[in-house]
Amino acid sequence: MNTDTDWDGVRLHVVTGKGGTGKTTVAAALALALATAGRKVLLIEVEGRQGIARLFDCPPLPYEERKVAIGLGADSGAGQGGDVYALAVDPEGALLDYLAMFYNMRRAGAALTKLGVVDFATTIAPGLSDVLVTGKATEATRRRIGNKESPRVYHAVVMDAPPTGRIGRFLNVSTEVSDLARVGPIRAHADTVARVIRSPQTAVHFVTTLEEMPVQETLDGLAELRELTGGAIAPGGVVVNMARPAMLSPDALALAANGSLDVSVLAAGLKAAGLGDDDHLAADLATELREHALQVALQDRARTELRKAGRPQYELPMLTDGIDLAALYQLAAALRKQGAA
Amino acid sequence: MTNAPRLDLDRIIDDRRTRIIVCCGSGGVGKTTTAAALGLRAAERGRHACVLTVDPARRLAQSMGLTSLDNTPRQVDGVDGGSLHAMMLDMKRTFDEIVEAHADPDRAAQILANPFYQSLSSSFAGTQEYMAMEKLGQLRHADEWDLIVVDTPPSRSALDFLDAPQRLGRFLDGRLIRVLTGPARAGRSVMGVLNAGFSMMTGALTKILGAQVLKDAQTFVTALDTMFGGFRERAESTYRLLQAPGTAFVVVATPEPDALREASYFVERLDTERMPLAGLILNRVHTSPASRLSAARSLAASEALDYQNERLVPGSPIGADGTAQALAVAALRLHAERMQLGKRERRLAEHFTSAHPAVPVAEVPAQPEDVHDLDGLRVVGKMLCEGF
Repeated sequence: MNTDTDWDGVRLHVVTGKGGTGKTTVAAALALALATAGRKVLLIEVEGRQGIARLFDCPPLPYEERKVAIGLGADSGAGQGGDVYALAVDPEGALLDYLAMFYNMRRAGAALTKLGVVDFATTIAPGLSDVLVTGKATEATRRRIGNKESPRVYHAVVMDAPPTGRIGRFLNVSTEVSDLARVGPIRAHADTVARVIRSPQTAVHFVTTLEEMPVQETLDGLAELRELTGGAIAPGGVVVNMARPAMLSPDALALAANGSLDVSVLAAGLKAAGLGDDDHLAADLATELREHALQVALQDRARTELRKAGRPQYELPMLTDGIDLAALYQLAAALRKQGAA
Repeated sequence: MTNAPRLDLDRIIDDRRTRIIVCCGSGGVGKTTTAAALGLRAAERGRHACVLTVDPARRLAQSMGLTSLDNTPRQVDGVDGGSLHAMMLDMKRTFDEIVEAHADPDRAAQILANPFYQSLSSSFAGTQEYMAMEKLGQLRHADEWDLIVVDTPPSRSALDFLDAPQRLGRFLDGRLIRVLTGPARAGRSVMGVLNAGFSMMTGALTKILGAQVLKDAQTFVTALDTMFGGFRERAESTYRLLQAPGTAFVVVATPEPDALREASYFVERLDTERMPLAGLILNRVHTSPASRLSAARSLAASEALDYQNERLVPGSPIGADGTAQALAVAALRLHAERMQLGKRERRLAEHFTSAHPAVPVAEVPAQPEDVHDLDGLRVVGKMLCEGF
């Protein structure tokens, strides 16, 4: 298992996407898929929304790494894999952590919070809070059990990152901070963070639905990432979420799309199904088929458009009953089957 | 779909006293399209409307016949009745203009060149909200339009839009700012209290940020200090404008748990802030023209057909009957799925309406295709305002 996935060398998976495309859901499913038996995976949330806690149906996450689930087992059975931990990072917690870890200054940190330094950082220099938050993710990625030779604590870290419109700046910490700090400790910290983010260990995955706007934002986001960082940050895969399968053959879809499906044929079929007493049913269902055909055509155009990005593409189905833990495992299995984990 | 009172948007856009409509809600629920559709409909019913959007979606600009949207309202052609303008917020440009308007040329140049200013004015977190408020205030003040429809920034939370002025105020009143701007602003007594912690704090800041950063921050804050007062006043007056009776908030959501949860928070928050809520717009609702056929019956019928087909001898020509049955199976399965989705959405919407029974609701059915032109926006506007 896991010897032949598309992202074998990657240890920090950054997951972004337009709002409403299911970025958090995909990040969680990816974490479950990566956590095969004996492997620990950390799922990080950075926007203070407690979306992970809701998905895994657990109490709000503190600034602390907590076990939230067991990964997807080798034969795709739920609950047989390794451990999935989760952490909600906020700039304030990350600042205190940074001070404690690098300067042994936890108490001074508390005083700084009181004085409004954190408000200062987030209001006046958002780049600083980004570097603290991404810093936590890279620290977890690099962390080892003991000394330098010992194994890593986490096999992989999955970050539920800010949306596509903000991802370039968010990850381009080194440049963002170097405009503010040419020298000094925060600069050194930013450089360490940037080294991890710009290494082959990191990949940025884009989540999208098969609709025009999210697709356009995905292509724009990939282009922005490339431009801002000169290609130094590796793009990952494109995860298509909430795809609807075609229910008809391509020929029938084409007929349905332009409204030339023979309603009397459908009516005959419905009659055979014991639904012959409703005269308008065939026409009404033909309307539904037409809308379905239009949507399938729209999805196909979106897929073609997405292929222009030249990234590995994965597809997850729309789940009509919503997302619960069982659904997450189902999506995790789909990701693994397609080689994403 | 729900028992909630119907949101009568035509009444709101036809009421000349309505001067501002704010579309808010979480990301990806169709706020921008809703704002554009409302603006167009209002214009075609005789209003002189301006749509202020923060979403850089090129396609929306194209749907209004504009090749690009910049920081200036542009007239949309092909609108009957009144008039429609549209503009997209350029937050850096808006911020620069405020600095230029509030500081003398030397100081303005100094501020514009400061690295902290550049980071602050071009970063997304927070600044976009201040600037959206600022621009809204400017447009309203210009008094060239009798209706402004604004779409709120795609914040991590819909509430950020409301919090922006207060956060700015809290920041400006913060002790750190007083420390950074030095004794001149802090006054003797405050410095007395702070002195003990002051050297420790600057020490710590120097340690974390480096001396140069601290110095840049100090220069920036001092330079901005003189104009911040006016800036904050404007943000606060825009905030009061939002509380005034001429404003109508519409909360936009899709029938999804996250979007409805955000909508719920927002409705409660508007109530706390005494801001006038018009109602909820529920976008992308799945309905069916054949809702009389339940999901269960539809599925059962498709299974009955499958069962009949299994009894056909494999390889034997199915003929016209087979085609008809295969088509019926697909149609029935599709219908069952759609009914199930609709049922789930109704349950989710009922969570909202039972918690907020007095909030009027307007629903827009899911469209098979995206909006591409003014006609598309007209269709959305018609469904929004007249129901379906």
